[in-house]
Amino acid sequence: MTAPFLQVKDLQVSFPTDDGLVRSVNDVSFGVARGETLGIVGESGSGKSVTSLAIMGLLKGAKRSGEIWLDGISLLDASSEEVRKLRGRKMAMIFQDPLSAMHPFYSVGQQIIEAYRIHHRVTKAVARKHAIDMLNRVGIPRPDKRVDDYPHQFSGGMRQRAMIAMALSCDPELLIADEPTTALDVTVQAQILDLIRDLQRDFNTAVILITHDLGVVSELSDNILVMYAGRAAEYASAEDLFTAPEHPYTWGLLGSMPRLDAEPTDRLLQIKGTPPSMINVPAGCAFHPRCPYADLASRTLVPPLTEVAPGHRVACHIPVEERRRIWQHDIRPAVEGGR
Amino acid sequence: MMMKKTGLAAVVALALGVTACSSGDDKDNGGTAEFNAADASIVNQSAKTGGTLNLALSDDWDSIDPGNTYYAFSWNFARLYGRALTTFKPAAGKDGLTLVPDLAQNLGEVSDGGRTVTYKLKPGIKYEDGTPVTAKDVKYAVARTYARDVLPNGPTYFVDLLDAGTYTGPYKNTDINAFTGIQTPDDTTVVFKLKQPFGDFDFLVSSPQTIPVPQAKDTGAKYQEHPMSTGSYKVDTYEPGKQFVLSKNPNWDSSDPNRKQLVDKIDVKLKVNAEDIDNRLLAGSLDADIAGSGMQAAARSRVLSDPNLKKNSDNTFTGRLWFFVMDEKVAPFDNIECRKAVQYATDKVALQTAYGGPIAGGDVATTMLPPTIVGYQKFDLYATPESKGDVAKAKDALTRCGRPDGFETKILLRADRPNEVAAGEALQQALGKVNIKAEIRSVPAGQYFTRFAGAPEYMKGNQIGIAFHGWQADWPTGYGFLQQLVDGRTIKAQGNTNVQEMNVPEINAMFDKAAASTDAKERETIYGQIDKAAMEHASVVPFLYGKGLLYRNPAMTNVFISYPFGMYDYVGLGKG
Amino acid sequence: MAGFVIRRALGAVLLLVVTSMVTFAIFFVVPRLAGQTVDQLAAQYVGKDPSQAEIEATKVKLGLDQPITVQYGRFVKGIVAGREYSFGPSTEYCPPPCFGYSFKTQRPVWPDLVDRMEVTASLAFGASVLWLLAGVSIGVLSALRKGSFFDRAAMITALAGVSLPIFFTGLLSLALFLPTGVSYVSITDDPLAWAKNLLLPWITLAFLYAALYARLTRAGMLETMGEDYIRTARAKGLPERIVVTRHALRATLTPILTVFGLDIGLLLGGAVLTESTFSLPGIGRYAIDAINNNDLPQVLGVTMLAAFFIVVANLIVDLLYAVADPRVRLS
Repeated sequence: MTAPFLQVKDLQVSFPTDDGLVRSVNDVSFGVARGETLGIVGESGSGKSVTSLAIMGLLKGAKRSGEIWLDGISLLDASSEEVRKLRGRKMAMIFQDPLSAMHPFYSVGQQIIEAYRIHHRVTKAVARKHAIDMLNRVGIPRPDKRVDDYPHQFSGGMRQRAMIAMALSCDPELLIADEPTTALDVTVQAQILDLIRDLQRDFNTAVILITHDLGVVSELSDNILVMYAGRAAEYASAEDLFTAPEHPYTWGLLGSMPRLDAEPTDRLLQIKGTPPSMINVPAGCAFHPRCPYADLASRTLVPPLTEVAPGHRVACHIPVEERRRIWQHDIRPAVEGGR
Repeated sequence: MMMKKTGLAAVVALALGVTACSSGDDKDNGGTAEFNAADASIVNQSAKTGGTLNLALSDDWDSIDPGNTYYAFSWNFARLYGRALTTFKPAAGKDGLTLVPDLAQNLGEVSDGGRTVTYKLKPGIKYEDGTPVTAKDVKYAVARTYARDVLPNGPTYFVDLLDAGTYTGPYKNTDINAFTGIQTPDDTTVVFKLKQPFGDFDFLVSSPQTIPVPQAKDTGAKYQEHPMSTGSYKVDTYEPGKQFVLSKNPNWDSSDPNRKQLVDKIDVKLKVNAEDIDNRLLAGSLDADIAGSGMQAAARSRVLSDPNLKKNSDNTFTGRLWFFVMDEKVAPFDNIECRKAVQYATDKVALQTAYGGPIAGGDVATTMLPPTIVGYQKFDLYATPESKGDVAKAKDALTRCGRPDGFETKILLRADRPNEVAAGEALQQALGKVNIKAEIRSVPAGQYFTRFAGAPEYMKGNQIGIAFHGWQADWPTGYGFLQQLVDGRTIKAQGNTNVQEMNVPEINAMFDKAAASTDAKERETIYGQIDKAAMEHASVVPFLYGKGLLYRNPAMTNVFISYPFGMYDYVGLGKG
Repeated sequence: MAGFVIRRALGAVLLLVVTSMVTFAIFFVVPRLAGQTVDQLAAQYVGKDPSQAEIEATKVKLGLDQPITVQYGRFVKGIVAGREYSFGPSTEYCPPPCFGYSFKTQRPVWPDLVDRMEVTASLAFGASVLWLLAGVSIGVLSALRKGSFFDRAAMITALAGVSLPIFFTGLLSLALFLPTGVSYVSITDDPLAWAKNLLLPWITLAFLYAALYARLTRAGMLETMGEDYIRTARAKGLPERIVVTRHALRATLTPILTVFGLDIGLLLGGAVLTESTFSLPGIGRYAIDAINNNDLPQVLGVTMLAAFFIVVANLIVDLLYAVADPRVRLS
């Protein structure tokens, strides 16, 4: 079996701070193939964004270890100049808030042109034509006019489309979308997700979709990585994750997915408390203070990520049978009842 | 012919370069460069011509119009571009207090019991444009000073003294014959008609107000843009706040014994920061500070500690007296014994220190007349040990005053004068030793004489017992110095300088006697008597004969202190 | 845009009118409240020992005998249409903008202001070039090497620059480098001598402002470098040099440009301390003298001129800002 297009192995990211070394990402591994989508789900501070920035090489002052392979290139061993040349061309990224992520002083066109011309020796005119094409491609009406508009003159959805156009302008093979729809209206969210799916199909791009909302990844992703406090809690195919989730945190996420009726959520499905601070991660299973099923082991030992089914890995101390029982009897009815 | 030769010599000397420098050290100098040399002798006497005299002023002229100016340096400097009827002899030391004729051939001829003073003009004197000076121009120059609304700055002695009725100047009525204070029987005779005799009249006409002004060229307030020169230099440009440049006057009468015409150009930079002036002086890019008030503290200590610099400096009397007065109309100073108590209690050394010590401040004073004034006699009516005050004598006086336990009073001074503030505190402390509790009241200097110390109503209304004061004479005689200070008839509601409100008939009579006297020696004696009488009255406490540390660029020639002005004499300077 | 300029220009005129009224009020009303009479005011321009008749004559000459409203009306008329002034033997027409004749020197105020403008403008522009170059580059380098030796040294120097008064640095530099003093030479007479003489005042003044600008740039740069769009620029694969210049610096400089414009506007109204320290005959020293002499026409002239420059600088800054930052709408 050949290695997937992007292969991340035992990635660790830590930041030196005044309070000591903060480990934001611990032993995270996953792979994404061309044309495939990986969803990374977690609350803020779970390390999902850090993971993506670590791949892009955009973390200042961070220590990274483990392995990141992109199309056979080891990103952790490559020089920063080599990685820079990969950025934009081979791997691109779109961000949560397109308003702050785009330079306010340059027109949308200028920013796409700039992105394109870093990696392609073409005239401005050619690059401009390409920018208009890209804007057209992402569904912006009258792109030849809008190309000269500034980001603040675009609506939120249009801005994100422009951002996607900019990210895809060099035809990257890996697209990382970091909460691409969080700042948008619900109706626009769906359009943007559709757009990403369509473009992925057209370009055969590997996509990492980072979100705190399982609903967003449910339709798009082939595989889903659930992260909690810098670690992988559960990793499974989308189908497995939705039909047979085994981590209490995943259950919580499923339970907090938006639903159409207004019935109150089952108490068991609510995730109580707040995400842990990365400076002071709870011992043992980091989720244990919020987990209704935590036992002594949870409080003392970090649960290893173990494979419970082919391609399905979970890090939890609860015995597998017990987990499946709880899912079948307690959680699933509540989740599906709500659907 | 002589001029030509000198010019050639200068060119040769210049070509030789180094030789030019050594030739500057002529052995026949009146005085060599040493500390205070210019006070008693003429330093670097030389007839060398050429070069530029670079002067600077931290302030500016009130006006360069000779008829509209009232600063000492300005009166000294105006002689470069104008000749008054008389002037001071260009000599160092006390000799410089002697009056000599300038535009006139002679000193005033007094007749009609002192009410007529006649001057004959020297023949052949011309303006810079070649037109001859006539007696009418002198008359016109004085007449225009009557227009106080147009030319407000100068003194009003002529206005007060001349018999001219209610004349208001030549601008409202251009007929000069309407001015009866001066008559001009012919083109060379100027006859002053006085209301009453005035012994110091020759001094009065040395003021720039008698520098002739041709009526045709008078532009009133704008005349200062180009006053017509009769002196050895003429005004090239005067830019207020920037610079004042003069060049040689080609029509100057070179037989003039009172002036020289050595440098080609005189360049006065205006409004130069005082510290900057000192720096430039020591660096040699300036020749002298034209204000003549002395160097600032930083440069002063540098000069005094370096013998090579010190030898180019003079610690000279500025002609200014620092003193404080007790208002005789404010209790308890209506009692002479209480005034004497303050005389004895005062620690003059402490006040001297407050003013910057002996070099920058001056010498401890015991008389009202400074030593550089005609009529000065040395005496000390209220001597105390080392001038530091005598508590016992002061307490005795207090007892005689009926205030053995002291009293309370107020000291008025100018808030924006750090020296005066320090002196006020020193006085407060000294008075405290004899239980006189004095409270300091500080007011802005700008209106000191219009609203505060100079307004008797304010003094009395606020029960101000003591007020600080400083004085400089308009001309260097006892009359010029003292009359505005102690003649009781000068007391006025505003702008009063007789702040102590001293009105003693005997003293007033002595001024009249001096004014009527035609004998200079007799007048000199009377001035000394006035000083003594005023001191006996005990309401004035002189504590400092003002001094300053002046620096002369060693490259300057013919440098000496002019006693009448208390600074370097500017009309004979050259560059070596 | 045109509408904006017209509206702002009208506002500027209004502001100048208000400024002149306030100056007038401060000059006439406040001393009156403090107990000063018109006679005492007039007495300041008559010389020693004025008689009542002289004071009255001076009041008439200076117009102080008229009600304040009339005096103000004359002042406004002078600026708009010019006025006639009497100098004794003759009267002279003072063409607009006529700020009147100085009470003290009897010279027309406007030509003197124009004359002195050259000095102040030379000082301000020369220094501003220096401080902008030095301040911004030091600020950028400091921000990029935050915490380095260079950063610390630069910021300590900047602190010194901000806290040391001009008359200290000025007099010190004069004593050390140019004891012969600075004498202003017009740029039209001799550009080389002009620059040579102004170099020290430029450096001294620029030192103060460069320090301010270095700190300002550093702070702005640090903030900008943390912006999302900088991360985007990097994500696009831009070389760091371009990220810093085209993206970060561009955004950092825009607010600094605003401060810069206002600083220039303020300085053109007179660099009081620098001019005094270096004995430069500029607007600032003129202002000091005007105030010391209680010379109303001079005070008014200088105040109006300074207000004018500030208003114009504001307008220009606003226009420039609109050009630099497309988000700004002129309305």
